[in-house]
Formats: sequence, C-alpha cells, structure tokens
Amino acid sequence: MRLDIVGSLESITRVRGVRGAMIVSAEEGLVVAESSMEGIDGAAVAALTAGVVARLGRATEAAGRTAPAFVHLQAERGALLAVPAPGDLLVVAVTDAAVNVGLVRLELRRAAEHLA
Amino acid sequence: MSIEDIRVLTSQLAADPSSLVFLPLGEALRRRGQLEAAEKIALAGLTRYPDLADAHDLLARVLGDQGDLERAFDEWDIALRLDPRHAGAHKGIGFLFYVAGDLPKALEHLESAHAADPGAEGVAAAVARVREALALPALASAPAAGATPPVAAEPEPLPPPLPGGRAVFAGLEGAQDGLLLLDGNGLRIGGGLSAPDGTAVGDAVAAHLAGVFRDATRAARLLHLGSWTSVAGETTDANLFLCAPTPESLLLLVRDNSVPIGRLALQAERAAEAARRWLEGAA
Repeated sequence: MRLDIVGSLESITRVRGVRGAMIVSAEEGLVVAESSMEGIDGAAVAALTAGVVARLGRATEAAGRTAPAFVHLQAERGALLAVPAPGDLLVVAVTDAAVNVGLVRLELRRAAEHLA
Repeated sequence: MSIEDIRVLTSQLAADPSSLVFLPLGEALRRRGQLEAAEKIALAGLTRYPDLADAHDLLARVLGDQGDLERAFDEWDIALRLDPRHAGAHKGIGFLFYVAGDLPKALEHLESAHAADPGAEGVAAAVARVREALALPALASAPAAGATPPVAAEPEPLPPPLPGGRAVFAGLEGAQDGLLLLDGNGLRIGGGLSAPDGTAVGDAVAAHLAGVFRDATRAARLLHLGSWTSVAGETTDANLFLCAPTPESLLLLVRDNSVPIGRLALQAERAAEAARRWLEGAA
C-alpha cells in the first residue's frame, strides 16, 4: 500500500512543472506522504491546502452544492492543486506557473482512486 | 469523410474514451451538419482535455455553425490563451472580426493564422480580401461572400458603471444569480446567488468566502507563489471561480458543471472588470 502511494505521487511529480506532491489528512491538515517536496515546506502546504479546501467546501455547502472534487489555487508564480480522496484525505500538488493543469488533475485523480 | 470512416472513429472512441480521436470525429460530424452530435463529442473531449487548444477550437467551430458566435469567440479566445499560435483559433476570430466590420483586428488574426499555418484552407484568400477591403473603405461594411460565417457579432460589451449594488453586473450573464461581489469581510456588495432549490444563499456563501480569501492569500505568500490570482473549484453539479477584482474585494462566479473552468475564467474576467469600474464609480 505504501509503495502504491509513493508510486502514485511519483506519477504526479513526473509531470513537467510539478514541484512536489503529497497526501494530506483533510481534517487535521497533516502530511501523510510526500514526494519531491524539496524547497517546499510540506507541513505548511498540508495545513494551508486543507484550510482552503475546507473553507471552499463550507461555501459550496452553503450554496446547496456538493463538496469540491477539484480545487485549483492559481498564483503569479505557481499553483496549488488538490483532489479529495477516500478516507478524508487530499492529494495535493504544488506546481510552477507553466504547467499543464489538465494533466496534473488527471494524475491527482488517479492517485486519489489508488487510495480507495 | 465517409459514414464508414465516422463509424470507425466512433468505435475507436468507444474503445478508448481517452483517445484524441474525438477531434477528427467531431470535425467530421460538424462537416456533415450533425451539429448536436459534434457538440456532444467536443464537450466530452473537453471534459477530459480542458487545456487542449484543439478541443476548444473544435467546439468553437461547432458553435459558429450553430450561430452561437459569442460562445464561439470565447472558445477561440481560450484556445489562443492555451496556444497563442493556434492557427484555427486565429482564423476563427479573424473571421468574426471581419464580419463585425473590425477589419484591422480581422487582418491581424488572419495574418497570424497564415503565419502559423501557411497552407490553412482559405486563409490566404481571406487575408487578401481584407487587405483589399482596407484599401477600399467603401467595402468595409460589405464582407466578401464566402469568406465568413453567415452572421457575426463581437462579444457583449461591458456595461457602463451603474449605481446600486444589485446593478454591478448589469448586462452580464448571471447578473442576478451566479455572480457575487463581496468585500474582504465577507459582506455582499452586489450580485446574487441561489441554491438549486431557488433559495437565496448569497449572503451565507459570501460569509464563508471571506475565509477562503484570507487562506488563499496566506497560502500563496507562505509557499512563495506570489499573489494569488484565482481559486477554481469543481463540484459534481457546479463549477465555481473566485478572483479579486481589487485588493479589497472578491468575486465569485458559479455555473453548472457543463460550463468548463476556462470559460468561467473568461466570464469572471469580464465580471471583474465591471466590478472594478463599478467600485471606482462608487468610491
């Protein structure tokens, strides 16, 4: 199982422009597993991503909609992408600004399916 | 392309739904006038490949044939954002500008299309026609036959600034439902939002979004990503897009999930521009 998770994360980090990928517990905002997160504060990524996804989830719930199945925070020099996974987890990628978002999303979803 | 060819492509797509064969299949259906089927194929392809310029180009051509030129323009615009040298998108937008009578912009795009793909069907002739029309102003409002779609219009212009919170998005799609402008404290300034059951939820959603605003700002700063520019979210029944028209305001756009995020980004850009103008006028 552990190897499967690491393999899934490595599939994400193989996409050009992805700086790192990780699995985060959605409720606590803690790192469960990570790959190629050099130069990135994994704990900060975990906490901040869980916070953004949770707040967005509360907003969509207030709007009478389902929880987000994909979240994309775009910034000037990069992006934070997250897909919820079973077991109250999030699969997260930190990317450069020039990245194929569609491809990363695909890999994030695959990784999330792996966790099922 | 024969019906048999279309059958083969359909079988290939059924066997491998992630295949890019939806591109020639959609185009073949469009050329045969099966526009509804072509649109379905293009939309399904875009669901899998939302960042593929060719897929947006295909949908734009189908929409153009359906007479929905505003959406066609938007799709070509998205294609050019994804691939600034996309010949098909330059050609399409060039023709739309041409029939709208904006010949300099038409020429600019048609020449870009020609530069990107010198062999593209009809482009060299269209460039020549536009150049000729520019040299003869009397012909500028009478497009040459055969060079363009039957009718065209540029995308809806931005509305002028209007007083009153609810009017901030006047003239834009979803001005009263699906567009929300709020301040940094989560107070709704304009627009409105309804839940699927029709309940007004704008104020409740705005209150939650203030937290998203703060978290997004903090996340981008702490991860050294620069300022955040947008937050997009996809749910099983809706897509939403958040951006900050000004440093003290936040804009939310919500559409059902048949509207791709790329299109939401375009609509949000227009709405943000309207919000900025309105906020400047209200200051």
